[in-house]
Amino acid sequence: MISFLAILIDGLIYSSWLFIIAAGLTLIYGVMKILNIAHGSLYALGAYTAASLSGLWLSMGFAPIGSFVIMLLSAILVGIILGPIIERGLLRFMYGRDEIVLVLVTYALFLILEDVIKLIWGVNPYYLYQPYALLGSFEILGLTYPNYNFLLLGSAVFTGLSLTWFLQKTQQGKILIAVIHDSEIAAAQGINVEKFYLITFTLGATLAALGGVLTAPMISVQPGIGAETIVLAFAVVVVGGLGSLPGAALAALVIGLVRAGTVHIIPELDLFSVYLVMATVLIFRPKGLFSSQEERKI
Amino acid sequence: MTAVLRTKNLLKNFGAVKAADNLNITLESDTTVGLIGSNGAGKTTFLNMVTGYLTPDHGTIYFENENITGKSPRDITRRGVYRSFQIPQVFNTMTVKENLEISVSIGMNQPNYTKHIDETVNNESSIIKNSLQKFKLEEYQEKVASQLPEGTRKLLDISMALVMKPKLLLLDEPTSGVSAEEKFNIMDMVMNAVRSEKIAVLFVEHDMEIIKRYTDRTLAFFNGRVIADGLTNEVLNQENVIENILGSSI
Amino acid sequence: MDRTLAFISIGAVTLILSGYAMPQWAVFLTTVSLCYGTVVLGMILLVRTGLVSFGHGLYFCLGAYAAGTLKPFFGLSELVFMLIAAILVTTITSFALGFLLRKYRDIFFAMLSLAFSMILYGLLSKSTELGSTDGFNVTAETAFGIALSELEYGRYLIFVITVGTSWLCCTLLHLYLLSNKGKLAEAIRDNELRVEYLGASVNNIIHINYVISAVLAGLGGALMSISIGHIDPEMSYWTTSGEFVFITIMSGSSSVIAPFLGAAVFTSIRSFAYEYSPDTWQLLLGVTMLVIIVFLPEGLWSLFSKIKKKGSP
Repeated sequence: MISFLAILIDGLIYSSWLFIIAAGLTLIYGVMKILNIAHGSLYALGAYTAASLSGLWLSMGFAPIGSFVIMLLSAILVGIILGPIIERGLLRFMYGRDEIVLVLVTYALFLILEDVIKLIWGVNPYYLYQPYALLGSFEILGLTYPNYNFLLLGSAVFTGLSLTWFLQKTQQGKILIAVIHDSEIAAAQGINVEKFYLITFTLGATLAALGGVLTAPMISVQPGIGAETIVLAFAVVVVGGLGSLPGAALAALVIGLVRAGTVHIIPELDLFSVYLVMATVLIFRPKGLFSSQEERKI
Repeated sequence: MTAVLRTKNLLKNFGAVKAADNLNITLESDTTVGLIGSNGAGKTTFLNMVTGYLTPDHGTIYFENENITGKSPRDITRRGVYRSFQIPQVFNTMTVKENLEISVSIGMNQPNYTKHIDETVNNESSIIKNSLQKFKLEEYQEKVASQLPEGTRKLLDISMALVMKPKLLLLDEPTSGVSAEEKFNIMDMVMNAVRSEKIAVLFVEHDMEIIKRYTDRTLAFFNGRVIADGLTNEVLNQENVIENILGSSI
Repeated sequence: MDRTLAFISIGAVTLILSGYAMPQWAVFLTTVSLCYGTVVLGMILLVRTGLVSFGHGLYFCLGAYAAGTLKPFFGLSELVFMLIAAILVTTITSFALGFLLRKYRDIFFAMLSLAFSMILYGLLSKSTELGSTDGFNVTAETAFGIALSELEYGRYLIFVITVGTSWLCCTLLHLYLLSNKGKLAEAIRDNELRVEYLGASVNNIIHINYVISAVLAGLGGALMSISIGHIDPEMSYWTTSGEFVFITIMSGSSSVIAPFLGAAVFTSIRSFAYEYSPDTWQLLLGVTMLVIIVFLPEGLWSLFSKIKKKGSP
């Protein structure tokens, strides 16, 4: 019973984390048809920025609770600066090329950003454990969980709901859905598709950075975290169906629970289980759970 | 004359639309048959079923008395049924000559795949030369297929099918998208090539001038049914054909 | 005589002759380039068929582990057996997975390949018998029955075998690409429907090409493990597969020589950059890749083919 509960809680926490990272990736794919490997670097940049800025805040003796605000600002900072630079400075010259070529362009970008991170922060790990401990912890049936996990869960739910609300209830969101369906027709109807690409990419980049920011207090921030995370995000996005937001949510849930279950029962198969889910889903549903042929992609 | 193709009670629905409604059609060898009908009458669906691209919901297709229902396009093609396409399906990144070379290398060497392609091409160079000549493609032979005018692409598409020595050739709107001056030229070349090889031909066509000029027999489709089948002149003068298909166009 | 074949053979002989006098670092660079080049040979076959695998590290790693585990599991350390083991294991695995993968295209092919390679990574990095993430050391004690450690030029013999194997792979693939079936790869990339309607099986050809590319990757991995003397699960990690894709794009798929050129450029950039500025070598690679994607979409080889355009292909 207790282990079942532990699997459920661990799974939900892990799912939340996965969803935050995958949401931006699937959104960018849905709108721009780019499977962005550099999403992993943006995640890492978020983590590093948060570690540095919040670390600075704390070391200057300001109220520790304020570090959460700094964390949020870090994500926005990374997204707002790098999103437009990458989209306007590089990606827009590549539109219309093969999807695989676009993957390679973002792979090149990933390699570049990996070293940019090393040049700025060096290769030694950074730690930002204070926010993790700050919120205290709760106990359930003898299992102790830091309250920080609620923040993760809340962020995931908030991200999912606000994106859904944006896409379905706002004028801009509805236009975005039109762009997702067919960018050529949208452009023919006078929609400024380029503007939406810019907005989408910036939003996606911010979400990637947010993922990194929220993860920073739980890990040691060091080189390689981007590469590790991007394949997991790929697994979620592909399992969910490329470009599908509800798909990503469901996939994050499935993968999160499966991995938590595996870690508790057969720890040796930890990573293996994630990719086993990915392969299995692709075998039976070649285009993922919510395949892109369906009317609504996001 | 023997029947090359025979279909029995073919049915195919797309949702509520009846694309094929009890089609019983027999084609004899060495004949040229036109297939007419308004858009959505089920003409291309019929071609797609005969060539295995679609499987009928019900009914049987016989080619030379063999049941070929549900077989793949590849299997049916290998038996001697070849087709051209409304939108030419050629290898766009290759030259005209390479397009024909690939066709020859598949058609003439089913079992012998490991042979060097140049050897195959040399052995069969007369076939390639012949088709280039017959379809007046010589001047284009080193041109990349994507850069050809539409009429030439159609010819290339058809010549690729003919290289394979078909027993039955299905042409899907061979003159659509081709200028009025060019269309008789194209059809003359195709029909000359076909007649010298004694191939049964069925072609889908909207242009009644083409139908009158090149076919002996015409099938008229309406809502997935055959509403007329007989000598071309008689079919084109039949009242329900005029009413449902030819309409104001004549 | 085919000019490409002549060039490959002259290249191989030159390498074998000069390998004797090469400094250690140059032998190492050449060996790595040849191993990577062999893997990328398979990748260009897939690219010609219209497919990009983001998981060919799977076979690179499988080949290496097949060669490496012969000693601990079967007590065999004969180089020839190690290569045969790599061929067998990669053939069987790719033949089985091929039934699935041959139905996938584009990004879905790339992603399913990625998933399979990460499955192997996940398994190997947790298997303590095989050294987990640290991997283990591999030694070929004999080659064709000759004891390598007793031989003064044992390492040179391994180098010669590496050159020979790469030469053989390169030659065979070149001949295959010129065969009727090999030519169909490009036809499939261009228009699958037409290929089927000419009477050839697209799935079969993709399957065959997939197996060939897997075996080439496996041989590359096995040779790598023997030459370097060490293997670890990183060989199956997605970044390794990414490097192969990188070299493939850099090389271009128009000639079987291109992969070796691409691999040589890649290994050189990596080693020298790693030596002189370890924190910016990936940056350098990334920029190189962008430059090639923008200015040389057909790869480095197109530089050569443009110059000798008038000559035979």
